[in-house]
Amino acid sequence: MMEELGWPAIFSRLAFQFWPVWLALLLVFAVSVRTRRRSGLYGRLFDSPLGMVGFGLVMFWVFTALFADLVLTFDPLGQIAQMKNKVPGTITPDGGVYLLGGDNLGRDVFSRMVMGARRVLSIAPAATVFAFMVGVTLGLPAGYRGGRLDAGLSFIANLVLAFPVILLFYLLVTPEIRTTGLPVALAAVLFLFPVVFFTVLWNSRFFTHPAKRNLYVGVTLVLGLWAWSGLAFDADPLGVWTMEPNMLNVFVSVVFVNAPTVFRIVRGLVMDIKTRDYVAAAQTRGEGPWYIMLWEILPNARGPLIVDFCLRIGYTTILLGTLGFFGLGVSPESPDWGSTINDGRRLLTIAPHPAMVPALALLSLVLGLNLLADALREESLKD
Amino acid sequence: MLNFLLRRTLTMVATALVLTFVVFWLTNLPPNLEKLAKSEGNARMTDAEVTSWLERNGHAQPLVKRYGEWLGVAPGWTSERDGVTSGRCIARGALPEDSPRFCGVLQGNWGQSTVFKAPVSEIIATRLGLTGILMFWVMVLMVPSALLIGILSGMREGSKLDRVLSTASIATTATPEYVSGVILIVVFSSSMVGLRWFKGTATSAMEGITFENFFLPVLTIALYGMGYIARMTRASMSEVMTAQYIRTARLKGASFGRVVMRHALRNALIAPFTVIMLQFPWLLNGVVIVETLFNFKGFGWTLVQAAGNNDIQLLLGCSVVAVAVVLVTQAMSDMGYVLLNPRIRVS
Repeated sequence: MMEELGWPAIFSRLAFQFWPVWLALLLVFAVSVRTRRRSGLYGRLFDSPLGMVGFGLVMFWVFTALFADLVLTFDPLGQIAQMKNKVPGTITPDGGVYLLGGDNLGRDVFSRMVMGARRVLSIAPAATVFAFMVGVTLGLPAGYRGGRLDAGLSFIANLVLAFPVILLFYLLVTPEIRTTGLPVALAAVLFLFPVVFFTVLWNSRFFTHPAKRNLYVGVTLVLGLWAWSGLAFDADPLGVWTMEPNMLNVFVSVVFVNAPTVFRIVRGLVMDIKTRDYVAAAQTRGEGPWYIMLWEILPNARGPLIVDFCLRIGYTTILLGTLGFFGLGVSPESPDWGSTINDGRRLLTIAPHPAMVPALALLSLVLGLNLLADALREESLKD
Repeated sequence: MLNFLLRRTLTMVATALVLTFVVFWLTNLPPNLEKLAKSEGNARMTDAEVTSWLERNGHAQPLVKRYGEWLGVAPGWTSERDGVTSGRCIARGALPEDSPRFCGVLQGNWGQSTVFKAPVSEIIATRLGLTGILMFWVMVLMVPSALLIGILSGMREGSKLDRVLSTASIATTATPEYVSGVILIVVFSSSMVGLRWFKGTATSAMEGITFENFFLPVLTIALYGMGYIARMTRASMSEVMTAQYIRTARLKGASFGRVVMRHALRNALIAPFTVIMLQFPWLLNGVVIVETLFNFKGFGWTLVQAAGNNDIQLLLGCSVVAVAVVLVTQAMSDMGYVLLNPRIRVS
């Protein structure tokens, strides 16, 4: 019979284990609350209790992902044979403690959850940013110009949206599809949008100052194409930008699923905003269409876009979990939350903790993001 | 109106054709066909044998031709070997002269499943029936409770009741099925918590549905959709409650309950109707997850089996059904919106 800790001891040890996270949270909240009158929408978040809870939950997981190496207690992949399916608080043969128990292979559930946070938070926000880049770059002209361009792009967006997500994942995230080069082709197209976006952004603003324009556009192109060659084709000559083929496949699919919704939102916002007086004023001044779209319309659409961004990170987290749950595109050892839930669910009625811990982690992160989005929406509607 | 209907139908058909073509292309990629050849023929085939097997079975033709055959608008392939003519439309042992020229989805020939060793149309019909029962109960649970929550929180915006119900709806939308399912199973059917009110699997529900074996899967799907519909209802309800005619009704002396029931409700329910219709594609997701989690062998479970086992014909059949469900509900949501809302004109 192995020794076990009681729940009070487990919780106090857990709380202690997260000390870098608490410290960082304390700092962020202290600074933010002190400067909240001067920091605009972000500051007003701290006037609403639910907004603070949401922000706190999100930042908790962000800091956990950042300081994962300090927080975890064991190697997330290391197995101890005696610790299979042990209850939370069991003491290992060499004196350590499996704070949240062991899974069916004798790995530490707590450490895997902490590492899972890093994995989820390294994909979900980045994938959402890319989806926004694609959606914004295509949605702006579709809404502003209208006509055939709009009809064509909307048809394609509706096509992707009419695809049941699960089916799309099963078709796109398979090991076989990599041999056909489809993920690389999709990545080549999707990853090009940020480069296009920033090039057009700088060019439309600074084309009257060629020196400045050349500098900004040049830097964007050099950096962007460098990253693009590395991420999409794994052909970065310096080897800084690389992405594991598995990861690329998952990443591309998630961006592909999210981009059409962003496109529709941006298009709708642009169609509304383009009738405003300041757009007419810019047109009368003789500004170019891209300048109006990117520097007049886009900043004025930021409110709903920021709210949707928060919600969409949560949705992307759910999608990543779904992929893991079906074992798509992840290595079997991977500590991400979706696949740990999937591993744990077979023994759910006997040893629930291996599945419960990542499930609650995912729940709290997505809940935090949704509360944050809701508070942002409410605060931005106040003025 | 007629013009609108016509254009809507044309777009729908075009979408369906493009989508099925994409699915056909993705399921018939060379590596998948190679796997099919090895599983149907012999696992230790050489590359040359694989190529000849694919040629013999009509998989080496151009993609568009194969898609046409599958759809039933191109004549099925035939090939002659050792004096025996075989072909897509020629059943084993039947004569080529007696067989039809076209046999595809449009003719009702959905192919043969390689995993279940049965015609795809049969499998899908039975599985879809099981999922239909699940969906029915999900709707019965989800729609009334979501509308009730939305109306209760939207009729007095900012009240304490509104705060509580809104936060609860946010919480359910933040809980995907694979999380809420796991939590519900642990709480209500594991030995650790010890409540054991419900069963953790729904396998027995396929023979006879009882409250005990069917409530958890239904609740799991319903919870995720409920929050979203409730929030839409709340938004629409609170907007209606600030309208002029509501104030008029209040000033006339109508009671609050009467104003909500008779004046506000009808206008507030237009938006949720379209949302509920658009939920179907999402529910499809939930169905796949929940059927896998609770081991209920319905449509979602079949889709997973087909996709996991490279069962090309079955996966194609499942996709046709899934795409059709999505498109039909989208169209119904548009139509319903037009019919319910007198301010929208189509022409």
